[in-house]
Amino acid sequence: MSETVSGNRHLLSIRELEGPDIISLLDSARSFAEVSTRPVKKVPALRGRTIVNLFLEPSTRTRMSFELAAKRLSADVINFATSSSSLSKGESLKDTAKTIVAMGVDAVVMRHQSAGAAQMLTGWIDCSVVNAGDGMHEHPTQALLDLFTMREELGRLEGLKVAIVGDIDHSRVARSNIIALNRVGAHVLLVAPRSLLPEGIEEMGAETTGSIDEALEWCDVLYLLRIQMERVEESRFPSLREYTLQYGLTQTRWSRLKRKPLVMHPGPMNRGVEIASEVADEVESVITGQVAAGVAVRMAVLYDLLGGSHG
Amino acid sequence: MGNGVLLRGGRVLSFPAGLGAETDILVEKGVVAAVGQGLSPGRAEVVDVSGCIVAPGLVELHAHLREPGMEYKEDVASGSRAAACGGYSAVFCMPNTEPAIDNSSVAEYVFDRGVDEGLCMVLPHGAITQGRAGETLAPMGEMGTCRAGVMGFSDDGSPVSDSEIMRRAMEYARTMNALVISHSEEPSLSAGGQMNEGYYSTLLGLRGIPPESEEIGVFRDICLAEKTGARLHLAHVSTARSVDLVRDAKRRGLPVTCEVTTHHILLDDSGLTDYDTNMKMNPPLRSKADVDALLEALADGTIDVIATDHAPHAPHEKETEFDRAEFGVVGLETCLALVLTRLVETGVLSLEKALEKLTLAPSRIMDMGRWGYMPTVEEGAPANLVVFNPETEWIVDPRAFKSRARNTPYGGWRLRGRVVHTVFRGRLVVREGDLSPGPEQGTARKKQKDAGRVGAGERASAAAGTGD
Repeated sequence: MSETVSGNRHLLSIRELEGPDIISLLDSARSFAEVSTRPVKKVPALRGRTIVNLFLEPSTRTRMSFELAAKRLSADVINFATSSSSLSKGESLKDTAKTIVAMGVDAVVMRHQSAGAAQMLTGWIDCSVVNAGDGMHEHPTQALLDLFTMREELGRLEGLKVAIVGDIDHSRVARSNIIALNRVGAHVLLVAPRSLLPEGIEEMGAETTGSIDEALEWCDVLYLLRIQMERVEESRFPSLREYTLQYGLTQTRWSRLKRKPLVMHPGPMNRGVEIASEVADEVESVITGQVAAGVAVRMAVLYDLLGGSHG
Repeated sequence: MGNGVLLRGGRVLSFPAGLGAETDILVEKGVVAAVGQGLSPGRAEVVDVSGCIVAPGLVELHAHLREPGMEYKEDVASGSRAAACGGYSAVFCMPNTEPAIDNSSVAEYVFDRGVDEGLCMVLPHGAITQGRAGETLAPMGEMGTCRAGVMGFSDDGSPVSDSEIMRRAMEYARTMNALVISHSEEPSLSAGGQMNEGYYSTLLGLRGIPPESEEIGVFRDICLAEKTGARLHLAHVSTARSVDLVRDAKRRGLPVTCEVTTHHILLDDSGLTDYDTNMKMNPPLRSKADVDALLEALADGTIDVIATDHAPHAPHEKETEFDRAEFGVVGLETCLALVLTRLVETGVLSLEKALEKLTLAPSRIMDMGRWGYMPTVEEGAPANLVVFNPETEWIVDPRAFKSRARNTPYGGWRLRGRVVHTVFRGRLVVREGDLSPGPEQGTARKKQKDAGRVGAGERASAAAGTGD
């Protein structure tokens, strides 16, 4: 987590976390996961704290997950969506954020379509900022929940072989996961046509391949990204059909595997595109497990930023 | 003031003589009346400039003064003040105004505004195409023969993306004996881009502008210049291959020149990791390897001119999400000090070579002799001079800028070398680093004009997009 001059602590990028920081957050998330299994799913850790969910780009699962996490920690939560905001009236992000913080807020959780928006916010307002996804940049809590899931399912992170398949270029999830996996000693292989891989991605700590079959033989975890139709119009690949043929986790590919990897997906899935429907059904428990992990991990993050000894 | 100025004890830097010994310079009636030791001041005011260097006033080949139409960012008055304090005697300004400088009336308007201010020459470049739309040629002949004497034509901010139109523009410009100043860019490769494409754009999740978008443009424009025989000046080259292409063109004897901006040789894309919108410009800051190639090209003479691409913007246009922020940085008030500190002191360029790229080279490219402008410090030459102390250390404080804008990446930088005085047409327009209130300022005509102007200093609509 980073800290600004004013003493506020933030989570803007996975780059701010070293391996031990990540592991410690995952340990903490494991304790918080237990809270969600209780009949009364609430602890008083952040009682009296106010958290604003500033979601300026459509999102249901991340916003709900952050809202539940904050509520289970007994924080007060305000949700702020684009449609109801002054931003639609042309107010700048800076003014909007300053207005919100003037009401006495301890943390802002922000989803924004522009890369770097969360970092900019820290220069403008005096409270903690959590990046809930900024453009193509990062989605640090997604990476944490993914690592949480891998660790719970496979018992370790160090030395794990993780293949990430799909539109790496447009994916903040991929960027955060590449960095996080490197920090905890896992190996990353990116699987995509070159037209979906951004320049210099290898320097972030990843190998690349154009063959999903090669990746399937190699990996312990197969992480599929959502493929969007717009990429065809951008000439990133010829058609969804061709993508599925070349990069999809098809029934054929899945059934001929002797050693089956853990299959993960950040959601929402495009059944029949990046993953065959039958395979999706077979691996669904892990993918819904990711969603459950999301609440626990976000509780751990909010508690780390606002509660405990740092508070 | 009317009795002239005796600059006492400075060292003259002129071309091709180089840096001379301490001497006196007597300025009378707008010209350098005498250069020599122990000159008698007569009735002239004596100004002690010992420890300083007296050089020809700087010439800016590439600035955006925003007038008419975007006076909330900058206007000719504030831009002239910034230029004078930066040591400039002449500023060529780009036609991406609103309306564009694409006819003689707008060109004369801008030129006259410069005359009104009287702090430096303000010389507009004209648009290549009407409205800078890239579709039909603008009247180069009319602009060339008008009072503003426009000789350079550019759609800067945007490339002329249609190669056929660029070809015809060059052919037509050649007939007019005009210069085509190209903002070379293949827009289909750069569309939506926010910064240089590479590791850092990937790390930051910002859409990249590949070096090839510029290089394809540079190559195309050199090809067309060769075919048409037009004189071509390439604005703000920023990549290793761009300067290779220019080097090759020069070797083959083509009439091609180019400029580099201060920011492209001092900064690279690794500096963007804080999403500082004051580092957002077009072309974008490139890689370290590109910067090294630009420095080499400066040293071997491939790059003729150092320009600033002074591009003022209002605070709200920069204090915003990176992909919504405007492109561009201001530069007039920091350029000389940056060049002295980061190029001369480090040995990339000699003092003489550095000043040549800020004075002699741009004035030659723009054939400023036709204005009677001579970038030299010798008897009989018009007295347009910059007096700077190469030893003075200072810290860049954007709040102190005379420019209306503050969008600089150099805030807080410690620099060595500072403009002390600027002499324009024999008058000390800048004295001890600040504007001097001369008799020419505040004349009735100017006051009247100021009162009649609309929108200056006020926040205007942010809707007008300006890529520089």
